[in-house]
Amino acid sequence: MIKTFSTIFLLILASYSIHAQSVEVIKYAGLDNLIKTKSEKIEVINFWATWCGPCVKELPYFEQTAKALKDKINVNLISIDYVQDLEKVNKFVARKEIISKVYLLDEIDGNTWIDKVEPSWSGAIPATLIINHATGEKAFVEHELKEGELEKLIEEISK
Amino acid sequence: MKTKILSVFALALFFAGTPATGTYELGDAVNDFTLKSVKGESITLSKYADKGAILIFDCNTCPYSKAYRDRIKGLDAKYASKGYPVIAINANDPQKSPDDSFQAMKDYAKEHGYEHAYVQDADQSVAKAFGATNTPHVFVVKKENGKFILSYIGAIDNNSRDASAADKKYLEDAVDALLSGKQPETAKTKAIGCSIKWKEA
Repeated sequence: MIKTFSTIFLLILASYSIHAQSVEVIKYAGLDNLIKTKSEKIEVINFWATWCGPCVKELPYFEQTAKALKDKINVNLISIDYVQDLEKVNKFVARKEIISKVYLLDEIDGNTWIDKVEPSWSGAIPATLIINHATGEKAFVEHELKEGELEKLIEEISK
Repeated sequence: MKTKILSVFALALFFAGTPATGTYELGDAVNDFTLKSVKGESITLSKYADKGAILIFDCNTCPYSKAYRDRIKGLDAKYASKGYPVIAINANDPQKSPDDSFQAMKDYAKEHGYEHAYVQDADQSVAKAFGATNTPHVFVVKKENGKFILSYIGAIDNNSRDASAADKKYLEDAVDALLSGKQPETAKTKAIGCSIKWKEA
């Protein structure tokens, strides 16, 4: 009996871990790779954190757009939560059933990397970088996106 | 021709007399401002600052502001007596962030024993003039011939998570330089922070 229970429990645990992605911890080099690696798709890179209200509010737009335009865009969600909060981020991602790839950027000194992402970025989040590798064009916004705004930005950069 | 020169002159005068509409840059003289503090005082930059001031756009709610809270208190303890007091300015719209209301600011300052001025930028005009975007976001002004010259913009140090691990104290280095009559070696830095909660336009 106990055996059956534990088997069921393990099965549940296994299925849970199959569905929930585990957040990948990266350093700036990993982020730089995401920004620079040529891709046929439009790369959308969003900077957020679990504690950032406006960021959490706009996340569903990224998820919806990623689904709707899955052949055209690739969404990367870069959490800047502290690395010791990794478990919290993993739980958040599982609870919200986030399908877009989530990374945690483990870089504490913003002064060393913020300008490399975008010189006009003050460091406030949410912030979103959109890259069209085919044309070399980039778009950057440093505010909470409203419904429909992301699609519009993608459309403009796709021209 | 004469009218043209005159009108150009008039235009120049007009602009010279108009406060800057854009945001301040390093080296700019900033406009004076008066904001209400949690202790009920009116804090006017020109009266409060002696040699200068450390202006920190801050709030009750941002995890980064919380992480820096003790360091901000320490900065006032260290630099107020040297002529550079800290003025912490909360510009968050209380409609969007109720825990940043004036009453909440009063409670927060009391709970955490604030000695430094904690003021509310109720119409967000000071934050806009300085181009503040996040919390905590620091601006150091230095008094020169009665004007307040913007001399440092950016972060407090390079480790929000752990004060003891911060090995680049950007702000302290800048103020120390100003106190010894030099220009800060690093006058502009960047850090991750919570965006200021702006009122709906």
